[in-house]
Amino acid sequence: MLSLIVKRILDIFQTAGEMLFLFLRTLYYFKEAPRNFPSIFRQMSEVGIGTLPITILMALFIGMVLALQTGSALALYGTQEVIGSIVGLSMVKELGPVMTSLLVAGRVGSAMAAEVGAMQIYEEIDALKTLEIDPVRYLAMPRLIACLVAVPALVVFAIIVGVAGGGMVSHVNMKINVPINVYYEKLVQSLDYLEILKGLLKATVFGGIIAHVGCYVGFKTTGGARGIGESTTRSVVLSFLLIFVANYFLTRLML
Amino acid sequence: MMNFRQNGKEGLLGRIKHGFGTSLFGHDQDCSANYEASHGVGVRLEKINKSFSGNHVLKDISLDIAPGETFSIIGPSGTGKSVLLKHIVRLVQPDSGRIFIDGHDIYDEPDKGENRGYRYSMVFQSSALFNSLTVGENVGLWLREKRICNETRIREIIAEKLELVNLRGKEDFRTSELSGGMKKRVAIARSLAMNPDLILYDEPTAELDPVTSDELARVILDLKAKVNLTTVIVTHDLNFALYLSDRMAMMNGDGIVEVGTPAQIKASQNPAVRGFIYTTTKGIKGEE
Repeated sequence: MLSLIVKRILDIFQTAGEMLFLFLRTLYYFKEAPRNFPSIFRQMSEVGIGTLPITILMALFIGMVLALQTGSALALYGTQEVIGSIVGLSMVKELGPVMTSLLVAGRVGSAMAAEVGAMQIYEEIDALKTLEIDPVRYLAMPRLIACLVAVPALVVFAIIVGVAGGGMVSHVNMKINVPINVYYEKLVQSLDYLEILKGLLKATVFGGIIAHVGCYVGFKTTGGARGIGESTTRSVVLSFLLIFVANYFLTRLML
Repeated sequence: MMNFRQNGKEGLLGRIKHGFGTSLFGHDQDCSANYEASHGVGVRLEKINKSFSGNHVLKDISLDIAPGETFSIIGPSGTGKSVLLKHIVRLVQPDSGRIFIDGHDIYDEPDKGENRGYRYSMVFQSSALFNSLTVGENVGLWLREKRICNETRIREIIAEKLELVNLRGKEDFRTSELSGGMKKRVAIARSLAMNPDLILYDEPTAELDPVTSDELARVILDLKAKVNLTTVIVTHDLNFALYLSDRMAMMNGDGIVEVGTPAQIKASQNPAVRGFIYTTTKGIKGEE
C-alpha cells in the first residue's frame, strides 16, 4: 500500500517534470515560428474560427442567464440598475475566460491529444524523427502559439456577446426592466482597461495550458485505438483541472 | 512589376504557403552542396542487447552489412526484427552493445544531425504518411523543413522521386485516396527525397497482396540499379527477401541463427531456418 502511494507520488512528479521539460522545449522553438506560419495559421483557424460559433452561443446564454438570475434577485430590493456592472465584471473577469477556455479544452484540446496520439500510435512521430524533424517544433510549437493567440481572441467575442445577451434580457424581462442606456452606463462605470487586460491575460494562460496538455498527453499515448480514447479523456480532465487551479492563483495575484 | 505568383523561381505565394524557410525574394541556391552526393554506407552491430519490462528481446545481436548491400532480416513475428531496425535509426537505444554506421559509433559520438556525413531514412510498416499533407507535401517535407533546396528544385525532386516509384503526377493526391501499395511507394519516395545513404524497410509487404508485393519488390530492385545506397529490409515474407537480397539473416527468439546469401539460406540445414522455410512454402495440404 505504502509503495503504491510512493509510486503514485513519483508518477506525479515525473509527469510534472516531463510537462515542464516539454514546455521549455516548445518555448525554445518559438524562434522557428516564421517558417511554420502555414501550420500556425491552420491551427489558429481550427481553434479560433472553428470554435467561434459555439463560443458565441455559449456566451449569449451565459450572459442571459446571469442577468436573469442576478437581475431577478436584485429587483426584490430595487437595485437592479447595477446589473450592467455585475454582468460586465463577471464576463470580463471570470465567466468569459474560464467558460471559453473550458469549451476550447473540450473541443480543441481533446482533438489535439487525439491527433498527436494517433500520430504516435501510427509511427508518424517516429517518421518525423527519422526525417530529423523535431516533433516538438513541428507539432507542439504551432499549436501552443495558435492557442496563445486564438483563445484570448475568442474571449473578446465571448465578453461582447455575453454582455449584449445580459443587456437584452435586462431590458426585455418585465421583472428586471433596466433600460439599455442605464445598463451600458453602469457597465462602462465599473469596467476599465486594466480589468479587461487581466481577463485576457487569464485567457492567454488558459490557452497555453490547453495546447500544452493536449500535446503532452498526445506524445505520451500508447496502446492503439483504446489509448487514443484514453488520451482524449485525460487531456480534457487535466486541462480542466489545471485551468481551475491556475484561475485561482491568477485571480489571487491580480487582486 | 513584381509578380507575386512567379516572383523569383517559386513565387511569393508558394513561400508563404510553405513557410518562410528560404529568402523571400528567390535568391537561394538550387540545393545545398552535399545534397546530391549519395554513397552506400556500411552498418556493423556488435552484441546488441535490449529488454522491455524484463522481456529480453534482443540477445547479443551482431551483424555486418557491407556498403551498397541489400540485406534482409527474416524471421517470425515477435522476434525483435523491427526493434533492431529502430536501434539503427536511433529511435530505440540498446541496453548494451554498439552500432557503427560508416565507421561511426552512433551512440558514442554526439549526433551531428545533417553534418554527420551520411543520411539514413526508414520506411515504416504502417507507411506513416502524414494525413494532413498531400502526396507531394509528404515527399517534400524533409527538403522544405531542412531548407535543403529552393522551392522550384524541391518540386522537381518530388516529381523525380515519385517517378522512381511509378507514381508520377500524383503530387496533389490526398493520402486517404491511395491504396496500401501506393502508400508504401509514397513512403519510399519520401525516404528517397533525403537522398539517403542507408534506407531501412520495416515489413514493406505487410498488409499487401502478392501482386502488389511483387510490384514493390521490382520498385526496390529498380532503385538498387539507379541509386547507390545500402538497403536493410526486415520482413517475414521469405520469397520477397530471397528475391531481393544480396545477403540475409534469420532471427528467432534466440537471436541471429544464420547469415548467408539467399541460396545459402535456402540450403541451410539449421532446424530453425528449415522450420521457417517449411512453414512458408509447405504448399497444398496432403501433397507434402
